[in-house]
Amino acid sequence: MKRDWSFWLAANRGPLIAAVLSVAMFTLFASQHPAGFSLNIVNTAANKGALLAFVAIAQTIPVLTSGLDLSVGMVFVLENCLASTLVVGSPLQTALGVAAVLASGLLCGALNGLIVVVGRLQPIIATLATGAIYYGIALLVRPAPGGAVNEDFADFITGSVGDAVPFSLILLVAVVLFIWIPYRRSVLGRAAYAIGSSEQAAYMSGVPVARAKFLSYVLAGFFAAIAGLLLTGLTYSGEANALLGGSYTLSSIAAVVVGGTSLYGGSGGAIGTIFGAFVLRTIGDLLFVFDMDPLWQPLFLGIVLLISVSLGSFRLLRVKKRVDLYR
Amino acid sequence: MTPLLLMEGISKRYGGVRALADARLECGRGRIHAVLGENGAGKSTLIKVLSGVVKPDAGTIELEGKPLVFATPAAATRAGIVSVFQELSLLPDLTVADNIGIVDPPKKWGMIDQRAQRRRAEAALARVGAADIHPLARVRDLPLSRRQMVEIAKALARDPKVLILDEATSALTAADVAEVFKVLRQLREEGLAIVFISHRMHEIAELADDCSVYRNGSHVATFASGTKSPGEIIEMMIGRDVESVFPTRPAKRQAEAPALKVTNLSWADRLKNIDFEVRPGEIVGLGGLDGQGQRDLLLALFGALTGVGGSVAVNGKVVTLSSPRSTKLPGGGIALIPEDRKTEGLMLAMSVRDNLSFAAIDQFSRFGLIDRQAEEAAIGEMIRLLRIRADGIDGPVAALSGGNQQKVVIGKWLMTKPQIILLNDPTRGVDVGTKQELYQLLRVLAEARAAVLFYSTDYAELIGCCDRVLILYDGAIVRVLEREDMNERNIVASAHNLATTVAEVPS
Repeated sequence: MKRDWSFWLAANRGPLIAAVLSVAMFTLFASQHPAGFSLNIVNTAANKGALLAFVAIAQTIPVLTSGLDLSVGMVFVLENCLASTLVVGSPLQTALGVAAVLASGLLCGALNGLIVVVGRLQPIIATLATGAIYYGIALLVRPAPGGAVNEDFADFITGSVGDAVPFSLILLVAVVLFIWIPYRRSVLGRAAYAIGSSEQAAYMSGVPVARAKFLSYVLAGFFAAIAGLLLTGLTYSGEANALLGGSYTLSSIAAVVVGGTSLYGGSGGAIGTIFGAFVLRTIGDLLFVFDMDPLWQPLFLGIVLLISVSLGSFRLLRVKKRVDLYR
Repeated sequence: MTPLLLMEGISKRYGGVRALADARLECGRGRIHAVLGENGAGKSTLIKVLSGVVKPDAGTIELEGKPLVFATPAAATRAGIVSVFQELSLLPDLTVADNIGIVDPPKKWGMIDQRAQRRRAEAALARVGAADIHPLARVRDLPLSRRQMVEIAKALARDPKVLILDEATSALTAADVAEVFKVLRQLREEGLAIVFISHRMHEIAELADDCSVYRNGSHVATFASGTKSPGEIIEMMIGRDVESVFPTRPAKRQAEAPALKVTNLSWADRLKNIDFEVRPGEIVGLGGLDGQGQRDLLLALFGALTGVGGSVAVNGKVVTLSSPRSTKLPGGGIALIPEDRKTEGLMLAMSVRDNLSFAAIDQFSRFGLIDRQAEEAAIGEMIRLLRIRADGIDGPVAALSGGNQQKVVIGKWLMTKPQIILLNDPTRGVDVGTKQELYQLLRVLAEARAAVLFYSTDYAELIGCCDRVLILYDGAIVRVLEREDMNERNIVASAHNLATTVAEVPS
């Protein structure tokens, strides 16, 4: 009989590849950096990577149910604008502001969930529309770039703890340990995988389909809001930047795929996505240390994406009914 | 004493089609109850009602004397009614343990307790004698027969009062079937009611305590197993209502070279050494129970399967069928009228005109440009031939009735002037009037020297339309019925692979 770990290995092949790739790329980057390996470099890279990682975790959960959330980037931008007005003043006021930002992220996710579950609209079109709405609200909140943020708070979330470990990495680990893993092992978390694997079979097996789908979008809103806070910490201001929102939405999908989560749903997870996000972010840094024109970055990103998607398509070689290829 | 399970007066209509009318099922504690009937007799609908998948239009369900109403499969499961379906309800990307524990997993601090769940899965697998399946394996990676065992283990892990097995043994090996039967007998001792559907008559004879026969959505009879002969049971399943809607059969033709000759065709483990010929002008039926390889055979002949063994010759020339496109042969190709017209036959949002000309578009185009005039002429001719209601010819095909949609699907392939026409259950969900037109059309096509291979789940249709009927069982042709041998009794008997009963029937 096969060993337990061989099944674990087979189930986590995609995330493992992403993990190995991201560690290798980062090591290469740090060793080649002209300024040498320093805390500053690690901290900057961690913040950049974590920013995308949170948006991509947000994307992962609806994707697991074989949905998609095109509004994550816009929620991210909206929360940035809200944070630049709410996360100010005394420590208490700042704390309340943070809570309000996270709550409004949950609310955005809940609206998406309601439309997808109760309205039975296709997630892709429902979230495209709500994304535009969230961006509209962001513009109303902050018509021109600006605002302010409690700078002690901003420096704390973007700095390093004990001058050693970037806070953003600690936050990522904490989210994995205290939100992702419990979710993954909860009934509703497994229901998300079940729905993505086969919604019909999930329904027939008595899985709480509606609740699990709703929760997946709510969580997406929450994680996008965390990313919004982090962005505010980095920029000390807010901006209703549609380009930024759109590019984060697309990059989040790319990070999900590179991280080994299937766009068909049912397999993968947030841990792989985090590595996927770091892979994507490190490509730009690598080009920088090897003195290549930043113009090359989109091209390399595309190649990395293509290769990782191809890795997932080998199963098609085993298809016996040609019509099954066209489903 | 009240029966454990009682269903009474259950009726269900799908659109205009009556699936169940005032049906009844009564099941006692510690009994195995076989449900019998032809394809379309209402067995599946009855089971779907019982398991909460389908809501009946009328009727009551009582469990232990208490009336039950449920809206979802989950509610039925909670009430203690658990089904093992023919179409698998497993989640392919999840592990075996996850699948077995999907509904009510063991929990610890609000999370699923992986270890307890694994132990439970191992126990459930051992109980059905499938301890060789690793609980951490992904269901997707298991072969079909192993998946079916997981499905049964999953059902048992829910501690049912009523266990329903709908064709649950059809994918299993003989050794697995023996193992499952042992478990079922043990469950009977424990006081479960087991509702068992199988097309294998010998399994029913071996296992069942009671049998209920259904026909056309109604309950015909219930009797203790072993009190009726297989011949009597088949008589009950067929009943008597063959309508004379079929065109007259032409006199027997002279033997001539076959238009289609299939030799030793095999595919995966679903088609086994199939040999047959169809001559020009002949209509050959494919019969047997649903799912014995008939569809796969048609797909294989249409180039839609990979790894098909054996050879196919058209007009004496061996052809390579590598895709549906490759079946367009010089002098007329092979056409397949698919089973599901909505997904495989039509582009629903496009116009009737566009749908009709799709398959034959090569014939009216030159250098990639479509000759509109030739196209118009061919479409007009087809609409007249098939008598398609022409008022919506430029509208979307979705707006037509089911019968007219089916005519468009057929017309689309007739436009290619095929020599060989394969039909996959073309009259399913079609009204009687259109059915009759389709039967006439089949004869017209045969008169025009097309070779027709016709799969139907309706036995009366096979008898009425075909010159010969090939009966498939488990992927192989078990019998060829011709002329005077073509009657429902013989078809049903050979469909159940009961050769011995057939011999007793006087022809």
